[in-house]
Amino acid sequence: MLLGRTANGLYWMNRYIERAENMARLVDAGLRMALTRTQNASEEWNSVLLSAGSDYAFSQKYQDYTAANVSDFLLRDTSNPSSTMSSIETARNNARMVRTALTRETWESINEAWMSLKRMLARPIDERDLPTVLDAIKRETALIRGSFYGTMLRNEIFDFSQLGTYVERADNTARILDVKYYVLLPSLSWVGSTLDNYQWESILRSVSAHRSYRWVYEADYKPTNIADYLILNVRMPRSLTFCYRFLGEHLKFLADDYGERHACHATAEKIQALLKRGSIKDIFDHGLHEFLAEFIRDNTRLGDEIAQDYRFY
Amino acid sequence: MAAFDEMLPEVSGLRRPYEAYDRWLKEQDPARLTQKMQDAERVFRKTGITFAVYGEQEASERLIPFDIVPRILSGQEWRRLTQGIEQRVQALNAFLDDIYHRQEILRAGRVPRELVAKNEAFLPEMIGVRPPAGVYTHIIGVDIVRISENEFYVLEDNARTPSGVSYMLENRETMMQLFPELFQKIKVRPVENYPQLLRQSLAAVRPQSTKGAPTIAVLTPGSYNSAYFEHAFLADQMGVQLVEGQDLRVVDGHVAMRTTEGYKQIDVLYRRVDDAFLDPLTFRPDSALGVPGIMDVYRAGNITIANAPGTGIADDKAIYSYMPEIVEFYTGRKAILGNIPTWRCSEPDSLKYVLEHISELVIKEVHGSGGYGMLVGPAATKKECQEFAKKLQAKPSNYIAQPTLALSTCPILTEKGLSPRHVDLRPYVLVSDRIQIVPGGLTRVALKQGSLVVNSSQGGGTKDTWVLDD
Repeated sequence: MLLGRTANGLYWMNRYIERAENMARLVDAGLRMALTRTQNASEEWNSVLLSAGSDYAFSQKYQDYTAANVSDFLLRDTSNPSSTMSSIETARNNARMVRTALTRETWESINEAWMSLKRMLARPIDERDLPTVLDAIKRETALIRGSFYGTMLRNEIFDFSQLGTYVERADNTARILDVKYYVLLPSLSWVGSTLDNYQWESILRSVSAHRSYRWVYEADYKPTNIADYLILNVRMPRSLTFCYRFLGEHLKFLADDYGERHACHATAEKIQALLKRGSIKDIFDHGLHEFLAEFIRDNTRLGDEIAQDYRFY
Repeated sequence: MAAFDEMLPEVSGLRRPYEAYDRWLKEQDPARLTQKMQDAERVFRKTGITFAVYGEQEASERLIPFDIVPRILSGQEWRRLTQGIEQRVQALNAFLDDIYHRQEILRAGRVPRELVAKNEAFLPEMIGVRPPAGVYTHIIGVDIVRISENEFYVLEDNARTPSGVSYMLENRETMMQLFPELFQKIKVRPVENYPQLLRQSLAAVRPQSTKGAPTIAVLTPGSYNSAYFEHAFLADQMGVQLVEGQDLRVVDGHVAMRTTEGYKQIDVLYRRVDDAFLDPLTFRPDSALGVPGIMDVYRAGNITIANAPGTGIADDKAIYSYMPEIVEFYTGRKAILGNIPTWRCSEPDSLKYVLEHISELVIKEVHGSGGYGMLVGPAATKKECQEFAKKLQAKPSNYIAQPTLALSTCPILTEKGLSPRHVDLRPYVLVSDRIQIVPGGLTRVALKQGSLVVNSSQGGGTKDTWVLDD
């Protein structure tokens, strides 16, 4: 038996852990672009902010899209509710709330991540230290994930946690693609300029897939392959299809456990069917941007339905 | 005023309960002990055993400092204490049952009627209500101080929602992790089974109407409460749900919690929410921490609330001064554990005495807790005394005064070696169809040299408390 409020806490705890890490990855990708291309760096930082869904809030506070401003805003600014620091703090508050549902190892890893990042992000980050800080964030979240997978019982607690992780991750990947969808469009892709190459690498880097891409596809970046990889590949842990495979699985576990199906099951199945049916060509024909916009809407709806069906509030 | 040291009294030398520990201590490398002290702090911080301090915005979560020198009681000392505590706890429950029913003690004139009737902690809503199994206060923390080899006094009865038991358990856990060899050498009675005892005790007082095993839950005000760690800890250790007011509602005459599969009935609620916030329909209407209608369910006998609403009247500081009479009235025998002499400032003669001797006394608010709003005369400046005297004169009935006792000391480990500090003791008592006292408790220690205030909110720390199996 699980309290609705506890399920809610587990769900959001995991969404925010995922988000904390995604912010670091986005800044990492932006940093790489800024390092390799001196021109138009501010444009790149702007698209990083767009992917993070923080462009408006940022523009309220800053005028210059520089590495220092953007990384400060996305990593350590506590007035930005999605910054790594805010996310870790929210994740920890949720973990505190659901503490009785977590193993000691899981709780301690979250608590320690919070303590160490709080220390590390207490003062503005020197640009020279940025890579170290980004590594530390990724390491801390990896430790949380490790203790979580290594020690948690595979029951409803685990299911609700995973739902949070994958809803957040799917949203993140879809947004990254949507912000850059135009560089993937065929009309432009055949240009194959150096500029495009950097852009493509940046997309892959923001989901930590720039190396694994080469194991699956040929060495050259090809926009259809990149889109295929991030949307349809079943084995790529941040692809939309991968996320929905696990969302479907955990929702099914819950339905079996409780002996009851809800609206969220139908929604997840609808999205899964869409991903299974389509080829990347179909998606491009239908319109990549339209496809992604619809996906983001449906994914958000799934989150709302989960909350309602399982009495989060 | 020379204080009695429980390890090394000046007159008689090392006391017996500490002999084995002392032998071990002398074999230890001081550098290693310092290292262990730091290890202990790391363990606590990592596991998040923190408490929130009211009025401190900066450090919203702090550690209660832990000292690695145990406070040790012999089996014999403990047996004597438990007899006194049992007697007192019986009297507390009998007193509560009486004042919410026939009020014989008031009729007999042993406790002034207006002291009860006008007391905020007295709940008229509880008149005539008999809680399941007839138990009012299920979990009690009795604060005890010692001033010599054979003199123990009760400083305070905590009959509402005593806190700190998680520290008793974590302190032992930490000591066993740091010094496993010590526990092989010295036989210390275990405290680890407290959560199981608590669960059994709560199950034993379930409503009569409960069929099968009762569903138990711990009610917390939420994760921002200063004792939240303890609420979560106890729920976890007992294997029961940790609920908040927002999870609960009354469904079909029972209290039920919102789960992912719908509402599920609760039979026993161990609540860590104050009376006033328990039911917005009966008490404070602005409370979001309680359950609307829970008092109706309670009066119908369909839920056990532990501790019962209205138990605060028994640990009120004004009532405290009548405890010797109360114990005698209900048990027919003199109190085994004495009270500290107390002046009730509501009485003109007492007030006069207190004002004249303000710099020698400890003055407390009748309804205060946690060491807030009190004056320790000998430690206060002249100006502080004068200001307090004004408050006292403005509302005398709000205060009681006690002599400044030379609380016993127990050594703590400092950078310069062992150094005595004042301590008190809070053993935890469970009442169901029987009374159980876990051998040990929470020893609070004033870390500042010479200080008598042991409250964690005022710079106090804790120690592991050993009762020897001898």
